[in-house]
Formats: sequence, structure tokens, C-alpha cells
Amino acid sequence: MSWLVTEDHKRIALMYFYAISGFFIVAFCLGLLMRLELIAPGRQLLDPQIYNQVFTLHGVIMIFLFIIPGIPAVFGNFSLPMLIGAPDVAFPKLNLLSWYLYVLGGLLALSTLLFGEGPADTGWTFYAPYSVKTGTNVSIAVLAAFILGFSSILTGLNFLVTMHRMRAPGMTWFKMPLFPWALYATSWIQVLATPVVGITLMMIIAERTLGIGLFDPALGGDPVLYQHLFWIYSHPAVYIMVLPAMGIVSEIIPVFVKKSIFGYKVIVYSSLAIAFIGYFVWGHHMYTSGMSGEARIIFSILTFLVSIPSAIKVFNWVSTLYKGSIDVKPPFLYALAFIFQFTIGGLTGLVVGALAADIHVHDTYFVVGHFHYVMFGGTGFAFLGAIHFWYSKIWGRNYNIKWANIGFAILFIGFNLVYFPMLVLGMMGMPRRYYDYLPEFTLSNQVSTVGSWIMAIGLFIVIVNLIAGRKGPKASSNPWGSVTLDWTHTESPPSLYNFKEIPTVTRGPYDYRDYEDYIKENHKN
Amino acid sequence: MSPDKDLHDQMIHFDPYGKKLGMWLFLFTEFLLFGGLFVVYAVYRSMNPEGFHLGSAELDLTVGAINTVFLLTSSLTVALSITALQKGNSKLAINLIMITILFAFAFMFNKYYEWTMKFEHGLFPGMGHFNELPVGEKQFFNLYFMMTGLHALHVIIGAILLLVVAWGIKKGTINQKRYIYLENGGLYWHLVDVIWIYLFPLFYLII
Repeated sequence: MSWLVTEDHKRIALMYFYAISGFFIVAFCLGLLMRLELIAPGRQLLDPQIYNQVFTLHGVIMIFLFIIPGIPAVFGNFSLPMLIGAPDVAFPKLNLLSWYLYVLGGLLALSTLLFGEGPADTGWTFYAPYSVKTGTNVSIAVLAAFILGFSSILTGLNFLVTMHRMRAPGMTWFKMPLFPWALYATSWIQVLATPVVGITLMMIIAERTLGIGLFDPALGGDPVLYQHLFWIYSHPAVYIMVLPAMGIVSEIIPVFVKKSIFGYKVIVYSSLAIAFIGYFVWGHHMYTSGMSGEARIIFSILTFLVSIPSAIKVFNWVSTLYKGSIDVKPPFLYALAFIFQFTIGGLTGLVVGALAADIHVHDTYFVVGHFHYVMFGGTGFAFLGAIHFWYSKIWGRNYNIKWANIGFAILFIGFNLVYFPMLVLGMMGMPRRYYDYLPEFTLSNQVSTVGSWIMAIGLFIVIVNLIAGRKGPKASSNPWGSVTLDWTHTESPPSLYNFKEIPTVTRGPYDYRDYEDYIKENHKN
Repeated sequence: MSPDKDLHDQMIHFDPYGKKLGMWLFLFTEFLLFGGLFVVYAVYRSMNPEGFHLGSAELDLTVGAINTVFLLTSSLTVALSITALQKGNSKLAINLIMITILFAFAFMFNKYYEWTMKFEHGLFPGMGHFNELPVGEKQFFNLYFMMTGLHALHVIIGAILLLVVAWGIKKGTINQKRYIYLENGGLYWHLVDVIWIYLFPLFYLII
């Protein structure tokens, strides 16, 4: 019971972890269901209408309930205060409130299954005017997204104030580790972009319930304006999803290379640059919606521009590996997989960001493959990397490393088997969001479906191994030999308010000179 | 809980500056919430200036002006209440907050009167001959109800917040040394005022 009223950031993080993992598994199963339907041309087990509802619910859960809150709400909540030497976040009660809002939003989203004409069938983007006209439970799904947005805003606000006000003495901005920096950039996006989708979704609700015509042309509205307002949030939201994942990778790599990260400040600035430029690229979702040629060219240029800071990060991570003493452990494997898969996702992003190429692949499986490479191959893998990284800090025990490696390998192979054929299918012209396809697409679809089973087996092994680890051998307080405060100055699991006394910071976050002495010295205290 | 309390006080310090920072960030989100509606307003007005002209002519400038005076004055009274509390006069602070809330009631009463008049003239989506109006006028009233409605909701929330703060002052949890919650409540009230200062000319003054 004390968990439900806790104000401890670590407990709230864990409550988020269980809730988010639960929703992830639900949406993962919906994905498996869709792949099963696509095992052969024609209707297999889902009606077209039900297929539409399944992919919408899959998208709504994965986006609003897993990827957006995933890393910030779980690992941000758990590690951020410790990484900057703070006893808690700035507003612990608000933190708890945001968890309740999250759960409320999640239950509302699932409740659409239970009554009326079932879950929304609009796709997670709720494009008007269809979202205004369909008889399915769009209003409730949209309300759920609104509440989840509010939860996300409160988390971002909380982190911003925490980082501004609660850094330990001596921890200047540029001594702050890179995961906090990534969260800092993310939080600004959460605070400044989410309200725009909030009001847009409220307009959809007003239009459906009160008949206030804002987007439906029949009532005097403009549906393209809806797309603009929606993507003004939802493109920056893409960076809410991936920036924290990049922070995780920046945190994991130096620990397993025992070497300072290459270009610390450049990684900081690139996070901020991604957050900033990310506001001005939303139009690239609408190349085919009827914008002026000039607008499309400008959006395309800006889109190419935002890829530069992302590429800088990839080069920096790879450079960090150079001449490091690499220790290949499960978290490190996930970080490597992130770099590999995020690079594929990023480069295919340039294909859809280019005006001419996008006309060809718009609304095809190429887009589906592209964003799954970024979202699942990037953020999803970083999420798993993070749980393998902080596992012993969270529970004070360790999982079986051999099985973690096996699970990782199967998941990695399965993942690429699912999504790489989608890129090919998209180039061949298979449109997305259909339950059926032409016979010439059969082989690639079957490879993808078989891949989804392999991926499921891999994920199953990973989850079972993580659960079994709860009874695993006791871990020391710093098994990976990290030099950040969360590992050097706290117990495993950390006590209430994390530290015996607030540490004073003198070293940089990734200073691995004489790190063994440094760790031993602080362990004695 | 009690053994934790000592540890809590030892580790965590009360930070009014941080609380104000959080409030300002929240106010940013409120501005952007209304910002989406302002964008829609700008786009539809530029598409159909004629219809917006017709719609604007239907509004009662006097009622709008009186409401503007009410809100501006209420912002003054809430600011005065902060000064009163800083000087230690908590009774005066509570009275000034109550006057602010009274202005909020007066504002809402006028709003109720205005909206009822519109309903009587059939100027609401789905009522009377609303659907036969020119597109621009329909858009004008769609936005009028959406934006003033959302603003009115904020007036109610702001008044409730101030009522809670007044209760806190009465109990003594908000006092001369710890007045940040009153200050934050005041900031929220100013937001309600500032949004209205934009809504008033957009709907009533620009013809």
C-alpha cells in the first residue's frame, strides 16, 4: 500500500516500469497479431475493420504509453536525481500525480475495447475529418492521449526544475552526465510541444461531442490545418522518444569502454540542436497533403539539417570505442545494436525526407520499416539496454549474463528479420495499413512474419531472465565500475533520498583516469 | 512516516524559487495550449475575413468591455494581496483574494448572459439556422465558443486555486515567510487575465 502513496522517485520509477512494461507487452501482442494476418494474401484471421482497429490500438499504446513515457518516466525518474546528486526530484507529489494520470490515460485507452463500436480505427494520428465521423470510440482514445500528454508535461516540468535547482555542489552544467542532458533537451520539448497536441485533440473532442466544426469541411473547417497542428507536436515528439535513448547510449558506452566519451560538449550541443531544429520540420509528414512547393523545399532542407546532430552523436559513440578496453556485457550489446539500427533508421529517414523519393515511398511499408528501426530498434533497444544496465542498482541483484546475451542475440536477429523486409516491400510499392496485399509481396511478408516469432522468442527469454534475476546472486554496489554518482555514491538498491549526505562533485562525469582508486575511495565512505 | 520526516527535513530544503520556476514552465504550456487556437483563428480569419466581420458585429462590445475591466481590476487586487501578505497583513490578503474571486463571479455572470443571448439567436453549432450562415461566420462562432469557453474554464480553475490559497492563509500554512503559493496562484490568475486581453480585441474590437 505504501507504494501507492509514495513520493520516492525510485518507487515511482518502478511503478512506471511495471505499468509501461505491461502496456508494451499488450501492444507487442497486437503487433504479432497483425504479422500473423499478413502471413499470406487475403483474409486470414482479421476483418479489415478489426485490422484497422488493431493497428490503431497498437500505435496508440506503443506511442503514448510506451515510447514517449518509457525512458524518461522509468529511467529518468530512477537515475536522474542520483546522476546529478539530488535526494529526489523537485516536485515529488507532482511526480506521483503524473503516474496516476498515466495509469488513468492507459486504462481509458484500453477501455475503448470494451463498449460501443470498439477502439478507434483512424490510425494513431486521428486525422480529421475521418476521426470526426467514424462511429468507433475516438473521443475516449483522444481523451486518453490528452491525459497522457498532461502526464508527460508534468514529468518534463519536474525534470527541468530538478536540473536547474538540485544539482549537487560542484556539478556545473558541463559536469552533468549526458543522460541528464538528453532529458533536459527532451523535457523542453515535452513542455513546449505537448500543449499544442493537447488543444488539437480537445478540438477533435469538441467537434465530435458539441458539433463545433473546426476541421470537418462540411462544418466549415480545414482538415489540412489539423495535420499541421497535429505534427507541430508529433514531430518534436519523435525526439521526445529518441533523445533519452541517445542519452542512455551515451551513459552505457563509456562504462564498458572505460574511457571518457568522445566529444562530450558536442554531444550536449547536438541534443539541444535536435530539440531546437526538431520544432521546424513537421511539414515533412505532409509532402503529399497539398503544401506549396516553397514550403516543402524548406521543410526538406530543415529535415536534412536535423539529421546532422544525430549523425554527430553516432560518430562520437563510435569514436569513443576507438582504443578503449571494451568489455562486452549485455547493456553494451544493446548500445551497439542501438547504433546499428538507429543508423539504418536514420538513413532511411533521409530517403523519406527527400521530396522526390518521398512521393514514391509515402504511405508504404518503407515508412513502417523506417520508424520501427528508429523507435523499436533505437528506443526499444535502449530501454532494454537501460534495464540491463541499472538492474543491479534497482534490485541489488544480478541477472544471468549468459542468458541475457542469448536473449539479446535472438531478439536482434528477429528484429532485423521483421523490419528489413518491410523496407524492401515499401520500395516495391506495398502500401501500409492494409490487411491484404498482392501475391508478389508474399515472400517478404512471410520472412517478416517468421521474424516476428523469432523476435517474440527473444523477448520472452529476455523477460524470463530478468524476472529470474530477482532471485539471482547479490550484486555489489558498482558491478560495472562506473564513475557516475548513481553508482559510486549510493547503495544497491539505494536508500531513501539516495545519499548519506549530498556529494560534492570534483570530477567530470566520464573521467576514467585512476577510476579504480576513485571508486574504492568513495566506497569506503 | 515520522522517522522519515527528520531525514526528509535534513535532505530536502524548501525552495520557493524552484516552485516559481515550475509555475512559469506550466504557464508556458498554457500559452501554447491557447496558441493552437490562435493559429486556427489566424488561418480561418485570413481565409474568410468577411464572415469574421459579420460574426464580430453580432457580439456586444459593452459586455466585453465591462468584462475586460473586471479582469484587469481583479489582477490588481490579487497583486495587492501578495504585497499585503508580504507585509504580514494576512486578513487584508484574504479579503483582497475574496474581492478577486467576486470579480471572477461577475465575469462568469456576464459570460453566462452573453452565451444565453447567442443561444436565443440560434448562434450555436446545430441550433436554428446556424448551418445556413456563411462559412466564415460559422468559423467565427465555432472559435468564439471554443476559445471563450476554454478561457472561462480557466477562470473557474483560477478562482478555485485562489480559494484554496485563501484557505491556506487562514490556516497559516501560507504566511509572511512562505507566500510562494499565493504568488503562484497570482501568476495563474494573471495568465487568465493576459489570455483575455488577447481574446477581447480578436473577437470584439477588430471588425
